[in-house]
Amino acid sequence: MSDTGNKAALDRSDSRVRHDEGIGGAIRAFIDRVRSGDLGMLPVAVGLVLIATVFWSLNPIFLAPNNLVNLLFDAAAVGCISLGIVCVLMLGEIDLSVGSMSGVASALIGVIWVKLGFPLPVAILAALSMGALMGMVYALLLTRFGMPSFVSTLAGLLALLGMQLYLLGSTGSINLPYASPLVKFGQIMMMPAWLSYLLAILPGAAMVWFGLDRMRRRAAANLSNPGLSVLLAKAIILTVALLAVVWYLSQGRGIPYMFGLFVALVVIMNYALTRTKWGRAMFAVGGNREAARRSGINVNRIRVSAFMVCSTLAALGGVLAASRLASSSQQAGTGDVNLNAIAAAVIGGTSLFGGRGSAWSALLGILVIQAISNGLTLLNLSSSLRYMITGAVLAIAVIVDSLARQSRASHGRA
Amino acid sequence: MTDPREGAAQPILKLRGVSKQFGAVQALKDIELDVHAGEVVALVGDNGAGKSTLVKVLAGVHQPTDGAIEFMGQPVTLDSPGKALELGIATVFQDLALCENLDVVANLFLGHELGPWALDEVQMEVRAWTLLQELAARIPSVREPVASLSGGQRQTVAIARSLLLDPKVIMLDEPTAALGVAQTAEVLNLIERVRDRGHGVILISHNMEDVRAVADRIVVLRLGQNNGVFTAETSNAELVAAITGATENAVSRRRARKLEEVEQ
Ligand SMILES: Nc1ncnc2c1ncn2[C@@H]1O[C@H](COP(=O)(O)OP(=O)(O)OP(=O)(O)O)[C@@H](O)[C@H]1O
Ligand SMILES: [Mg+2]
Repeated sequence: MSDTGNKAALDRSDSRVRHDEGIGGAIRAFIDRVRSGDLGMLPVAVGLVLIATVFWSLNPIFLAPNNLVNLLFDAAAVGCISLGIVCVLMLGEIDLSVGSMSGVASALIGVIWVKLGFPLPVAILAALSMGALMGMVYALLLTRFGMPSFVSTLAGLLALLGMQLYLLGSTGSINLPYASPLVKFGQIMMMPAWLSYLLAILPGAAMVWFGLDRMRRRAAANLSNPGLSVLLAKAIILTVALLAVVWYLSQGRGIPYMFGLFVALVVIMNYALTRTKWGRAMFAVGGNREAARRSGINVNRIRVSAFMVCSTLAALGGVLAASRLASSSQQAGTGDVNLNAIAAAVIGGTSLFGGRGSAWSALLGILVIQAISNGLTLLNLSSSLRYMITGAVLAIAVIVDSLARQSRASHGRA
Repeated sequence: MTDPREGAAQPILKLRGVSKQFGAVQALKDIELDVHAGEVVALVGDNGAGKSTLVKVLAGVHQPTDGAIEFMGQPVTLDSPGKALELGIATVFQDLALCENLDVVANLFLGHELGPWALDEVQMEVRAWTLLQELAARIPSVREPVASLSGGQRQTVAIARSLLLDPKVIMLDEPTAALGVAQTAEVLNLIERVRDRGHGVILISHNMEDVRAVADRIVVLRLGQNNGVFTAETSNAELVAAITGATENAVSRRRARKLEEVEQ
């Protein structure tokens, strides 16, 4: 292959750069990154371990397999909403109406499917379309009238809440049929064991497959490679961890399909943000809007897409919430849903300042929020305390974000 | 050398009566400018003369308040930066316009990535290194965010980006302001290479030495208006007079004083 012996790789001609090779090099590079304020997923991972340890010591049931399965069930709906929030935060915008949007979606399911008797897919499609439409409205208010998303979505919050109450009418709540596939999906449908284990092996296998392909192409192009050992180590650690999780949850009821759907959406979003032209444009618009515009990116189209994706995912979250609760009620999407969704994205490491973030932050963040809420419920503590603690965690997350930002600035890492 | 304009009767870029108003400020007034194929046009003028504004109008960043722009003989409206890039007008902006949160490769290919649905990172990285080596760039790693680069390195990245799409006209707004000796020489070489390929170049610089070294024509702007067209043979005093608008100016007074001091 490449004659690296006498001809330096294309990207290795500058002697000032330390080249981190092998597993030791990967660890050293990671420590350097963290030191300079590029924390990534580290704070949330540490937080999750901390929270689990505290609640487990207060009440061992917290880590019981079936409690964790319930936690996953509860995480899917708000997690979905949070995934959309990641998109708008990436642009440095915000959508404060996602809670009400999910409430309207849940009401639409009840009215169109149960009350009016249309087929379920029609009702779901209507709910999602309503979300897409609402996102389009916010984006147009921003691009045409320069209305800050903070204000337009606050107005949207009220308008949607009114619409939800209007749709549900005087009865206030519509029960969904228990035997229906939608309710089963939200309450009892579990992946068979073989599928769970297969899905646990898949990421590691894909990592090795694509990693080897990448290494081959980089070598052919005379570019340096971080080394096979790093790739294999990462893949093995990931696979072992996932297998352990699946095995542990299988001691209980197993892995809910609903959570599987959520993770699948996270994976798709991650691909879109990191591996497509659209994702590049999202980061660019969030980082420096004028530079993105001068590069020929249609900034307004990117904004429209982000708001539409956000509201549509909020609507999907509402559908999942209805399926979980087996009802469309006036309470759906109210209370702390809104703030939990936004907090999850921020806690997971997506910056409020735009231009930095990851789809995975929705997954990790919602696990933190759900763990706190679940743990406090187990301790029979009222929601008053839950709100205060979640608020404190959010504040800590924002402080970590700001401090990391300052540190990155002083280390020249944007 | 033969006259680069021979045979290319029609200019690539032709501006007639272009004006730009920012509120009460008349940044450009009735600008006339021709750029032919295989020609380097230097645009000089004092701070605030309107050079960058003119470049931004041609890059589609600002819309002119008045006037007509012809590209390859066709009247065009440059209503967005994308439109200008599409036509083949590439720009290195004075403020560089890079995304600090993205790495060098992402910045180079921004808006024009290879593989829209599955980014071809390997191919893009190879292309990035090739472009940067052409400019004798000293960039340690193309996978670090641009925020970690020095001013000159960023400028090199911005110049490399303008070459990516093989443009017909390239506009460089003070491209060598932050560059080292070797890199400046490479940029001047590059300007000549681009010209020899038959493309048009608009170069903005406050460095008269660089301007004389590569420019075929020197267009002077003063207070947003044309103030004469010169060649590299024009004397320095004449150029400075055109730029400042008076034969009696800060530069000539300083020279006279120095001369006096020597004579004493
Ligand atoms: N966006 C803007 N809004 C209002 N006024 C502007 C804007 N951009 C430029 N101007 C004004 O237009 C005039 C010309 O500015 P321009 O940036 O084109 O100068 P320049 O010739 O590039 O100067 P320099 O050599 O300092 O870069 C200045 O008086 C400036 O104040
Ligand atoms: Mg300028």
